[in-house]
Amino acid sequence: MYNETVMEHFTNPRNVGEIEDADGVGEVGSPQCGDIMKIFLKVEDNIIKDIKFKTFGCASAIASSSIMTEMVKGRTIEEALALTNKDVVDALGGLPPAKVHCSVLAEQAIRAAIEDYRAKRGK
Amino acid sequence: MEKRRIYVDNSATTPIHPQVLEEMMPYLTESYGNPSSIHFFGREARKAMDKARERVALGLGAKTEEIYFTGSGTEADNWAVKGVAFANKKKGNHIITTKIEHHAILHTCEYLEKQGFDVTYLDVDEYGLVNPDDVENAINDRTILISVMFANNEIGTIQPIEEIGKIAKERAVYFHTDAVQAMGNVDINVDKLGVDLLSISGHKIMGPKGIGALYVRKGTRIDNLIHGGAQERKRRSGTENVAAVVGMGKAVQLAVENLDQHVRKMTYLRDALIDGIKERIPHVRLNGHPSQRLANNVNFSFEFVEGEALLLSLDMEGIAASSGSACTSGSLDPSHVLLAIGLSHETAHGSLRMSLGEINTREDIDYILDKLPAIVEKLRALSPLFKQCEGGKVSV
Repeated sequence: MYNETVMEHFTNPRNVGEIEDADGVGEVGSPQCGDIMKIFLKVEDNIIKDIKFKTFGCASAIASSSIMTEMVKGRTIEEALALTNKDVVDALGGLPPAKVHCSVLAEQAIRAAIEDYRAKRGK
Repeated sequence: MEKRRIYVDNSATTPIHPQVLEEMMPYLTESYGNPSSIHFFGREARKAMDKARERVALGLGAKTEEIYFTGSGTEADNWAVKGVAFANKKKGNHIITTKIEHHAILHTCEYLEKQGFDVTYLDVDEYGLVNPDDVENAINDRTILISVMFANNEIGTIQPIEEIGKIAKERAVYFHTDAVQAMGNVDINVDKLGVDLLSISGHKIMGPKGIGALYVRKGTRIDNLIHGGAQERKRRSGTENVAAVVGMGKAVQLAVENLDQHVRKMTYLRDALIDGIKERIPHVRLNGHPSQRLANNVNFSFEFVEGEALLLSLDMEGIAASSGSACTSGSLDPSHVLLAIGLSHETAHGSLRMSLGEINTREDIDYILDKLPAIVEKLRALSPLFKQCEGGKVSV
């Protein structure tokens, strides 16, 4: 059902947790759909210095969150915004068709966190 | 403990009993005749089928001529509902069923709605029980069929079939029950229950896959579902799957003979698992009725975690179970049964069914109880719905 990369990220997810004084927090999904992704960002000089996630969801939602945090950590805000769900799927080496929405959630989650960061900074 | 292979998905399917396989083997090898043939090959096969039919009839308290073999439990359900609906449509077009039926019934009823039938889907209570009064109140002068499952495949709740049977008889409405999960776990006698039609399946009771049976009370008006070469006394065409029929006959015989012993063993293992989970893991909910439930059914919701992640984690520890999570069904909605008993979507997504069987041992239960708490804890640590509060107290 899932490839080794997905299972590896599901079994040993990277960057799990919360950041207390986060510069940006994004939460997407809903319990109704069975997926909630919450992202915490620490940003310095326009660069994502630290990122943590918490996810309620299936293995592919957890793996998508995990790999996404690895992909954007150390990158600029602009680079992180350019990340697409397809990038996430490719990095995972593919997801079953019914699970592609999990990668979309990962894309939406980082965007939501960045929007929150920008809104807070704008204040 | 080392990694094991533990199968606790016996409501999905069961292994074939060695004695069942033994009786089937000749009909997969040298006795390959078509039961409709006049020659001795055919007669051998016919004789084996007759014996199997007698065993099934005996197991249900029915007459042999009231038993028809089908290709599956699903086919038996389809035949019962569509067959009675179409044969009695001049009398009425109303069918009563419940919201927690297997899809073999629900999707059949939805199809019939498109054909002009009216279907009432009865609610159940928080334990998944149908209220017989609701059945009675739903009957109108156009009602031709009531179909209520004997025991639920997900949460194991056993319905008051006998009471509903009385109501159906008084009101002269045909009554069907899907007994696929009940067979082998509950004593079944069609006259005592007052059912007119009853579906069973082979592979749920240590028989082979691809075989089911429908009991049809003598005199019941029912159309055929499968048309063709007039097998099964012109009721269900298609060359008989003789080996599977033989296997089903033996499986029913064994299930009935061993019923008391099986129920005792399953109840012991089930309660050990239920109690163990409640003791070891906080924020759990036992789904289904605490006592009116199948002896082999355990269904819990683990708050704040998702079922598929739970299943895969168990799988990696060598434990095979199932879940009512949407992620395991390919749809976005979690189990219709769990929603019908009033669970929130997130609680339904976190459900885990462990269905026990003859193959399971107390060691299996201990192994599960050893592995499950850490798995739930790990997934909860990942979950944004779950927060560990100061002082060790836990809150949402």
